[in-house]
Formats: sequence, C-alpha cells, structure tokens
Amino acid sequence: MSKIFGGIKMAKIKSLADLKKKQDEVRSKLNLRDKADNPESLVQIKVAMATCGIASGAKEIMEFFVNELGKRNIDAVVTQTGCMGYCYAEPTIEVQLPGQEPVVYGYVDSKKADKIIELYIKKGELVDGIIPQNYETIDNK
Amino acid sequence: MANYKMHILVCGGTGCRASQSEMILDNLKTELETKGLSDEIQVIQTGCFGFCEKGPIVKIMPDNTFYVEVTPEDVKEIIDEHIIKGRRVNRLLYVNPDNQEHIADSKHMGFYKKQLRIALRNCGFIDPENIDEAIAKDAYQALGKALVEMSPDQVIAVMKDSGLRGRGGGGFPAGLKWEFAAKNASDQKYVVCNADEGDPGAFMDRSILEGDPHSVLEAMALCGYSTGANKGLIYIRAEYPLAIERLKIAMKQAEEYGFLGKDILGSGFDFEIELRYGAGAFVCGEETALIHSMEGERGEPTVKPPFPAESGYLKKPTNVNNVETFANVPVILLKGAEWYKSIGTEKSSGTKVFALAGKINNVGLIEVPMGTTLREVIFEIGGGIKDGKKFKAVQTGGPSGGCLTEKHLDTPIDFDNLIAVGSMMGSGGMIVMDEDDCMVSMAKFYLEFTVEESCGKCSPCRIGNKRLYELLTKITEGKGTMEDLDLLRNLSEVIKDTSLCGLGQTSPNPVLSTMSNFWDEYIEHVTDKKCSAGQCAALKQYIIDPEACVGCTACARVCPVNAISGERKMPHEINQDICIKCNACFEKCKFNAISIN
Repeated sequence: MSKIFGGIKMAKIKSLADLKKKQDEVRSKLNLRDKADNPESLVQIKVAMATCGIASGAKEIMEFFVNELGKRNIDAVVTQTGCMGYCYAEPTIEVQLPGQEPVVYGYVDSKKADKIIELYIKKGELVDGIIPQNYETIDNK
Repeated sequence: MANYKMHILVCGGTGCRASQSEMILDNLKTELETKGLSDEIQVIQTGCFGFCEKGPIVKIMPDNTFYVEVTPEDVKEIIDEHIIKGRRVNRLLYVNPDNQEHIADSKHMGFYKKQLRIALRNCGFIDPENIDEAIAKDAYQALGKALVEMSPDQVIAVMKDSGLRGRGGGGFPAGLKWEFAAKNASDQKYVVCNADEGDPGAFMDRSILEGDPHSVLEAMALCGYSTGANKGLIYIRAEYPLAIERLKIAMKQAEEYGFLGKDILGSGFDFEIELRYGAGAFVCGEETALIHSMEGERGEPTVKPPFPAESGYLKKPTNVNNVETFANVPVILLKGAEWYKSIGTEKSSGTKVFALAGKINNVGLIEVPMGTTLREVIFEIGGGIKDGKKFKAVQTGGPSGGCLTEKHLDTPIDFDNLIAVGSMMGSGGMIVMDEDDCMVSMAKFYLEFTVEESCGKCSPCRIGNKRLYELLTKITEGKGTMEDLDLLRNLSEVIKDTSLCGLGQTSPNPVLSTMSNFWDEYIEHVTDKKCSAGQCAALKQYIIDPEACVGCTACARVCPVNAISGERKMPHEINQDICIKCNACFEKCKFNAISIN
C-alpha cells in the first residue's frame, strides 16, 4: 500500500537531466492519482502520521481505512503523511475523490471514519468537521 | 456528487460559534426543509477557516462563494437569492479593503489566508517515507541546479541576498555564516544540523523532520557544496524516535538514488550524512555545547570566538544551522533570493513556523510571513482563547524569551521587533496564557526549567538562577518582601551580563519581562499576599460560609488533614493553619458553601 519501496534496489540518478526525467515520471504517476477523470479511478486518503497524530490514534485509523476499504471493495490508496498542522484536531486525514479537491477531516475516530467511507466516499456527501485549508502554498506565491 | 447538487459550509470554529453560527446552521436546515430542498442541498459544519475577524463564514460549494459576517437573519436571503435564483448576495461578500470591490470566489481571496507554508511546504502532503513523492514536489532539484549550474560562491551569494536568518532563535544571517565557513580553508569541514529542539512547547523541527526529511538532507548537501564540506552530521534528540526513523529511511533512499554519497549527480561532489543522538540536555542546543557533545565531551558551551566556522567539530571549520533554517534553503535556491526577500519584513525575510500551545483553541503548527501580528496569529489563525476567556500574555522564545501582552498584540512579529519589546523569536514556541494564569508562577516555571538544565560550568547561571528560583518560590508562598523584588531584578541583570552562554544570558528574561509587564501582580503577591489568578496554592484561602453550610460533614470527611471541624447540622470551619489547599472540600460541597479567596 504505502510502501512503494518493497526492497527493490533503486537505480542511481546520475545527472541533473536524469533527475528531471525522474521527476516527470513520478509526477505523472502522482498526477494519474490526482486528476484521473474516469469515475472508476482511485480514492486517495492521506493520514497525518507525525508524533502528534500517532499519539492520538492515527495508526489505528490508517489500519481501519486499509481494512475497511478492502472489505467494502473500494479502490483506494491509503498513504501516510506528516503533520498537517491541525494538532488540536488529530487524527486528521485528507480524502481526495477522483477529479475533486481534497477535503481534510479532523477528529477522526473509527465511527467517523466509517461515516466518511459510507457517506463521503460512497455517496459524495460531506461529513461534519471539515477543516478548511487556511494557508497558501508556495505554488501560488 | 451523487445526491446533493450543492453544499453549504458553515464555520463551526469557536469564534464563529460565539457569533451564532450554530443558529445559522439551524436556520439553513429549517429553511431548506420548508422549501423542500433538503435532498438537494447539504448543510455542513466545518472547522475554523482562520478568518474569525470576519466571521461567521458561510461558503457555498461548488461555486466557492465566500460569505462573511453572516447573521441568522441572512439565511433566508441566501437561500432565496443564491440557492434558488442563482444570484450571489453581494452585501455579504468580502470587500477588498484596497479597492472596495466585492470578492465572491474564495480562490481569489488568498490574502485572507494569513499563512504561507515554505518550510512546511511538504508536511502533510507527501509520504515522508517515499522519496518519489518528495521528488515530485521538487526535492533535490535545487541541489541538482546548484551542482550543475552554480559555483559554491554563487550559492552563498543567493543565500546572503535572500536575507534568511537562523531560525533556531538567534537570527544570525545564514548566508553570512556559510560564507565564514567557506572562507576558512581546511582539509576537512563539517555541516551540522541542529535538531536538538528543547524549548518547552516547541515542536516545529520535529514536524519538519517527520513530514519532509528530504528538505533538510538536501539543504545540508547544498551547504556542504558551498562551504566545502563533505560530511554532515545531524544532532537530534533521542526523544524523537519517529523523526530519527524517518530520517534514517530518507537517508537510505537518498543514498540509493545517489543524492548522498560519492559523485552526486555526476558532479564529482561527495557528501555523506551521519546521525548523532543527543540525550536531551537543553544547553546542547547551543552550538558550541552541541559540538562538544558530538565530540564525546561534556555538553558544555565554550566562549566564542573561536566560532565554529573557524574551529568547530574536531577543531575543523563547521557550519551549524537548525532544521527550519535548512528547510527553507532548497526553495530559496529554486525560486531565487528576490522571491524570498519579497516575503516578510525588510530585515526579517521569509516566514516563521510557530507551535501554538497553551490556552488557545487551534493548538497546532502554523507558518506565517514575518511581520504578521500577534493578534492575527492568536485570534485569527489560532482561533482565539479557549472557553472565551480573556487573553493575558503569550510567552515567545521559550525559557529564554519573554512574555508579550495585550499592548503588543499589534506588533509585527520579526526578530528585531520581538527583541525591542523585551522578548525574542526563539525557536518558535508560543505559549498562550489567559486570565487564570499567574505570571509569577509562570516565571517560576521557566526558572525551574533553567535551573534543571543549567550545565553548571559558570557560576552566574548555576548559582544565580537557583537563587532566582528560590526568590520566586518565596514570593508565590506569600513570604516575599519588597526587598526581594529589588534583589530579583538586580540579580537577573547580573546573570544576564555575566553568564557564559546564551542559556544563562537569557534565562532571567521571563522574570524581567513579567516584572515589567505585570509589576502589579508581583506587588499583589508581596504586599496583599494574594494571587488573583488563583494559581498560587499557598496564597489561597478556603472559607466556609456559615449561612450556606448545612453541616452535612461531607467536607470534614473528605479533608485529608482533618482541618475541618464542626458539629453535625451546624456550620463547619476550616483551620487555616492546617489546611493544605488541596481543593477536596471545595469539590465535595454540594451547597456552594465553600469559597476560595
């Protein structure tokens, strides 16, 4: 799932040109996940797994998503990420439905995770407790 | 969306809730119900938008309309006009203060977002254990660019022009530091990353290492290239196991790709990085003490000069920067010094990460351009004070910093302004205090920390801080005199002037700044023997109101020291000489007969 490095020895990148090529390659791989417009494509879930998140139960939530999405036959990628900064609302997760803007949910316990799967992921209904993005990124600046 | 055509998002942050956002939510639901639209339009409550000044906020999706200062009475108009007729309600849109234009789409309201994430750019976006995701987000591009297209001097020139100042607290220009290390010729030089984050309540470096370790590895290699070092060391607290694990994974992946090791990107430049673990001593965040600790010596600071740039690790030229400083470097090289300088204030360019903690609603990690005011940080991004209490002070700079009060709320935050008002930037911990916090106790708390962490090498710090702590304890116990206050101030000045390193030179700051900002509180403790915040246990007095007491004996039974006496069904009494102020009787009394003075 989150481990793309399954013991495969990576090829060395030997020049700046190689690095640019690599970047294009990994970007398109991520883009495929980002912007896929066919409805069957993947749902992406990122779980904030810094110390603060883990201390509040992010590991259990990540497991919950991995197991439950599998059981409920939903095609999804669940990955870990670092701190999103919303430490007051841990565990936090970001859910991106195909072709849509990502949505961040805070205070996710297994009950809420279940609601997110049933309502948001399956039906596109928002669930209470969305955390609006309140910062700018360097891409726009 | 499967069922709903539209979503109405109502801010449920504390600030907006205080101005009736819940009633707005209810009204929206009722109104939609009446109009038979409940199945088409979904109403949802969100967390804080970070724009509390203009709350309550209502956002309509998918057209991204952003209504501000909405009242429950506006709901009908929003539904009738916007939802049914598709016409935006202009009077509720945000008005751009610059040109008085109404702005409808929140995508064009970037300025309402007070935060800009540079150091935290990838935290919470990428999987920190997957180098490919980092590469997709530009990791190692700056290194590639520097190695292929730039000379070491050019890299240093960009760093100097950018105006980046050390984020560990001191604020020394990073480019200048790099230049010093570059100019000192030697067969071996070192780059050290200071990840010994020790301020109470500060966790930004940890979050960067846990969320985006490659940004730090890349910056260290860049620093090595420009200063002529081919060895890097990360000095990290052993208490940060997850950060250590992620760093190890990141280092391994970077080595496999060839971003670390021999002949990086075919340029002939070699650079390797090792981890060194700190045992958690606060003083080891000071660069000379940190270097001694890495050498296997006692973690004690030494006098500068010689600066590490001349004689550092193993007596070789060494450049030490902290984690957040490094995390800024790759972006500066990719986007240029001019870009970086355009952010922040004239003398403090860029952004600063702060860890918000204490009595604030949105505890967490934020990153704002330098020059943002404390008011914006605390009341907008931070969502204000918990439980609607009154703001009293914020401690910046940890145990070396000072407290800032209401009158400083509109001071733009940058290195020089904070020093001018008697505090300091420090590493970026911000501990917010409300009306229930006693400032004398707060100063005592930080002194307790300093006494514990003083390495003991120089006497002003080792003995002086201990005496300060004792004086503060005496005051909080109601035994202080006016002479003690004079002594407290004089001793603080002496410790500041005569201590060997930054720890001692700054440790009296919490005392001095609380004395200058909250002198009344010190006087209250000394002359009235009172603590109006109610934190100093020794100054509390528990009193039973004979009118309200029914003589149920519950308090007498729960008192652990038998300080309460009285006949059954008769008013009881507390013997003040025996009472230990444990609060047990107060909690037990069902008749509100016990009060605290």
